[in-house]
Amino acid sequence: MQTVFSIAIDAFAYGMVLFVISIGLSVTMGLMRVVNLAHGAFAMIGGYIASYAAQDLGLGYAAAVLLAVFGTVIISIPIERLLYRRIYGAPELTQVLMTIGITFCIIGIANYVFGPTLKTIPLPPLLQGSADLGFRSIAVHRLFAIICGLAVAGGLWYAIEKTAFGVKLRASVDNASMAAALGVRTEIIYAVSFAVAVGLAAFGGVLGAELLPVEPYYALRYMVTFLVVVSVGGAGSIPGALLACLVLGGIDTTGRYLMPEFGEFFFYLAVIAIICVFPRGLAGRAR
Amino acid sequence: MNNEPSATNTRQTRTIGRDLIGIGAIIIVAVVGYLLFPDNLALLTRIIAIALLVLSLDLVTGYCGIATLGHAALFGSGAYAAGIAAAHYGITSPLLMTLAGILGGALAGLICGVIILRAHGLPQLVLSISLIYLFHEFANKASSWTGGSDGLSGISPDPLFGRFEFDLWGQTAYVFGVVLLLAVFVLLRFLVRSPFGMLCRGIKEDPLRIMAMGASPKIALIKMYVISGAVAGVGGALNAISTQVVGLDSLSFTQSAEALVMLVLGGTGSLFGALMGTVVFMLFEDYVSAANPFHWLTMVGVLLIAVVLFAPKGLYGTAAGFIASRLEKHI
Repeated sequence: MQTVFSIAIDAFAYGMVLFVISIGLSVTMGLMRVVNLAHGAFAMIGGYIASYAAQDLGLGYAAAVLLAVFGTVIISIPIERLLYRRIYGAPELTQVLMTIGITFCIIGIANYVFGPTLKTIPLPPLLQGSADLGFRSIAVHRLFAIICGLAVAGGLWYAIEKTAFGVKLRASVDNASMAAALGVRTEIIYAVSFAVAVGLAAFGGVLGAELLPVEPYYALRYMVTFLVVVSVGGAGSIPGALLACLVLGGIDTTGRYLMPEFGEFFFYLAVIAIICVFPRGLAGRAR
Repeated sequence: MNNEPSATNTRQTRTIGRDLIGIGAIIIVAVVGYLLFPDNLALLTRIIAIALLVLSLDLVTGYCGIATLGHAALFGSGAYAAGIAAAHYGITSPLLMTLAGILGGALAGLICGVIILRAHGLPQLVLSISLIYLFHEFANKASSWTGGSDGLSGISPDPLFGRFEFDLWGQTAYVFGVVLLLAVFVLLRFLVRSPFGMLCRGIKEDPLRIMAMGASPKIALIKMYVISGAVAGVGGALNAISTQVVGLDSLSFTQSAEALVMLVLGGTGSLFGALMGTVVFMLFEDYVSAANPFHWLTMVGVLLIAVVLFAPKGLYGTAAGFIASRLEKHI
């Protein structure tokens, strides 16, 4: 029972971190049809900035998180304008190459600037230690990750379902040229959602630094995990991504707890099985 | 009506001429490489092995339009098949080891093809990535067979035809590799021009129409995947024979991604492009990683972005297009 409970909490927290990082990728992929392999690199940049701000500048955790999110968005703007703009609507292979090239560059630069060692982001005293739930105590940081994930999911759901921007966003996802013809400024929608996606990735990178340690090969190591979440959930679907994160987080964490010697074997096996059964993702729609 | 046979005849002679030019070019490059780097034949042999992997990737990506980031699974399976045959079953004849590599690669191609072809677009890409990680984890776990992360050692191939020994200088391995590459190249030239090759190109352009014509795209693509696996297996076996060790890195995602980079650098959909991309990339890698290993990955990234932006058809495609347009101007 103890083990089941701690596995469940860890899986939930891990799934939520995955969700925060990958939901931006899912939305931009559904919207712009860009296979963006560099998304994990943005999460990594966020982690590095937060670590630098907290350790070298001595800022507080909240300030470090804010700096990481806005810093990453600012870094991503020239990348979007100069490189991503050219591959919207290009064949898949081109997009894969361009974004993998960007990932390699960011890894190389991170390795050069910050060195190959692991970076930690010191937690504030409030998030350290554990909380007593009466029958079990759990680490506060896990709880924090879960709450943040739920907040992001709720906020995104509200923004997409209830606001005018969300209406335009959904219209552009369904049919970009028709939306443009009806007067929706699709470039602005693209730019805003790209910025939000990158910001969320950076936030997730900081939030998950305890579970997914920040190091130069982060971008390559977890790139697959983020892509898997999107394709298992179905691009552009928030409930799908949430479900995929919980399922995959559960499988991965359970595998690590019960059969650590098999590494990620069962994770990838599950991914292959799910995609073979649902080639368009759990919540994917036929095109 | 009378013109038609002669037109096909000239086309045939022209393509055969291009084949001969291609074979000549490979031999000349091989000899020049031998004369320029007599002390570094191991690198040249590795280039040939990787060239076979890139050729095999070209068959599915360039000719069938399947984007995959897991093609090293086929290469690594071939390498492990050859290595296991030698280290565990005592099959040390280089030709039999190559055959084992072909079989191992073809089997991996069948498995990967059946799985990867179930999806399209992003899920297809994710499937290919998951497969390479699965193969990697499996090889890591089955350490009694594969040696795990220490690599599979104890491979000592017999002398070729009982005379030419695979020694430290690597001359035998190099010549063996060149001959293998030539044989594969000639066979693939026939393959891509055959009705089956044309069918695959048709599937890349418009699978629906091919289905309407009565052919099954899926079966054709799986066949192509098996052939591609066999070709990659030759490369893997060559690598196992020449280095006498098989490591987990031959089944890695990085190897797959690099193969794709080489293919696109040279130009997809042409065998010459695949060869050219491999040679240029591997020499570039050797030079840059020796000069400054720290910036190696950044350089590869910049190279990739530059190719996508400035030479989307790859080196060979761009060069061929340039020459064709010059010729047209003259006429």
